[in-house]
Amino acid sequence: MRGTTKGIPRLGRRAPRGPVEPSRLPLRELVSEALAGVLQRPARSALTALGTVLGVGTLVAVLGLAATASAQIDSRFSVLSATEVTVEDTGGARPDLTPLSFPADADARVERLHGVEAAGVSWPVRLDDPTVRSSPVGDAAAGGAVPVLAASAGVLAAAQPHLAQGRVFDRWHEATGQRVAVIGSALAARLGITTLDTAPAVFIGQHAFTVIGIVDGVRRKSDLLLSVTVPSSTAERLWGAPTGDRATMLISTRIGAARQVAAEAAVALDPAHPENFKPVPPPDPRTLRSGVTSDLDQLFLLLAGICLAIGSVGIANTTLVAVLERTGEIGLRRALGARGRHITGQFLAESATLGLLGGLVGTSLGVLTVLAVVLARDWTPVVDPATVLAAPALGLVTGLVAGLYPAWRAARIEPAEALRR
Amino acid sequence: MTAPVIEFRGVALDYPGPPPVTALKPCDLEIRQGEYVTVVGPSGSGKSTFLNLAGLLDLPSRGRYLLDGIDTAELADGARTALRGRRIGFVFQSFHLLPHRSAAENVALAMLYAPAQGHLGAADRRARAEAALAEVGLAHRAGALPSRMSGGERQRVAIARALVNRPSLLLCDEPTGNLDSATAESVLALLETLHAGGLTIVLITHDQQVAARAGRTVLIRDGVLREVAAV
Repeated sequence: MRGTTKGIPRLGRRAPRGPVEPSRLPLRELVSEALAGVLQRPARSALTALGTVLGVGTLVAVLGLAATASAQIDSRFSVLSATEVTVEDTGGARPDLTPLSFPADADARVERLHGVEAAGVSWPVRLDDPTVRSSPVGDAAAGGAVPVLAASAGVLAAAQPHLAQGRVFDRWHEATGQRVAVIGSALAARLGITTLDTAPAVFIGQHAFTVIGIVDGVRRKSDLLLSVTVPSSTAERLWGAPTGDRATMLISTRIGAARQVAAEAAVALDPAHPENFKPVPPPDPRTLRSGVTSDLDQLFLLLAGICLAIGSVGIANTTLVAVLERTGEIGLRRALGARGRHITGQFLAESATLGLLGGLVGTSLGVLTVLAVVLARDWTPVVDPATVLAAPALGLVTGLVAGLYPAWRAARIEPAEALRR
Repeated sequence: MTAPVIEFRGVALDYPGPPPVTALKPCDLEIRQGEYVTVVGPSGSGKSTFLNLAGLLDLPSRGRYLLDGIDTAELADGARTALRGRRIGFVFQSFHLLPHRSAAENVALAMLYAPAQGHLGAADRRARAEAALAEVGLAHRAGALPSRMSGGERQRVAIARALVNRPSLLLCDEPTGNLDSATAESVLALLETLHAGGLTIVLITHDQQVAARAGRTVLIRDGVLREVAAV
């Protein structure tokens, strides 16, 4: 027998007897015991927490990717579609009497509206012989039946074409009724037009038009690529007002102005008869975004929920096995003064710790997944901080719920029975 | 004469079955402070039943059990558990040490479940555990895991754990059952030293030589408890 540490009573000496107070296990000690229980079996703990890692990770990744994709859809939608308004010419009550409701200065009237960048009127020209040629006679350079589009200069400005060669016509060409045309690059190839240096012409029926521009791309109104586009004033003089298909106006607006412009366009065009026009605004981007993402959200949230449920069952199963394996330990703790509630608390704390650790690792992996995807797709990551903060808590709750039954079982084990094992 | 630590008054334990079994027939027993009592009997005779009742691990079906003069039948479960934790130290044949905890941590575990007034911080628990290990000759093994210790060392750790709360009673269930004779002798010598210091010990054994070393022996056979005259 060795000597004792100063101030600490020797073994075998009875402690002073007093009233019996119930045992107590402070929360700090409970957490410490739970951490010890988890960390002393690292491999098992890691495998047990894997289900929660996958569940929480999937949840964070799904919510992060959905938010990121929503922002991406919103961004693209705003730039392209949300800045475009079309106005249809309905002709009012008697469309047969008014083949063209748009006034001659329609472009200027609409462009005066706040938020409008460009606006123009166009209509497809109905021809008896729509064949377009690059020479007045012969078949060698015939482009075949090609749509002819009458358009004001504002249409070409609003469509934002990309020119392979030359230029587009402008208000001067329009005002002076010039016989000029802008054609698509595919049609130019069919007609054998390779350069504009020689001022080539195309013949629509018997009328010659000088090709001043070849377009190989547009941001709006893609039918420009497949048509011969001529000034609307020239077309009206040669072939008259629209017949059959009615005219439409294309308006390009600044971001956020489209719906307001759509509301004002009809009155601006003809204050006396706004009913002659039907503005078509872009769909509400919020509606579109929620429509696109809600289906995905539901699907992936369901997947994440299944992962969490599997993780929860995994923790419950492993904790239950641990209770059976550690029956002797439970008996010992009871012999040392632990109450049933202390045993319950310990197993609950252990499963909650596993859930929390799984939640933390899963959240990290989920955020890394979002980052990996946005880096690969060159997107902007959007992750709600509330998701990142709530996800580990969800893991903790999963662990707590999973530990309820095993902890209850552990507390019901009789100490005498447990110590016999 | 010292005060009684254990008082059995008509204590019996019945298992309802079926078939109903009386594991310990009504018995009276008084063990006073400072006594060293061995309980002997063949396997299945009721020794473990006696240990469970004396250790407050089980409740008697009949009779009254007073520990340190406290009628345990009148205690609520929480108070009975606390009484067990503070006033009884257990030493088991299979040691019951937590395999992933060091010797000092195993000893300190006994101080974890204390009433609010007597709750010690981790550092104090560690200091007391190391002091207890020093008293059983294991100061140098405080950081060792049970798997790295001999059987004798493990049982000494278990004894240190049982006594670190300075209980009224040390209940030993076959403490030398898993030890070779030399190691068993050292453990028994330690117990005798502790007894000489005033500790009350009740030791359950089937080994007559071990039983003979105590000042008093109680025999249990077929659930009947009776005193054995000193040899």
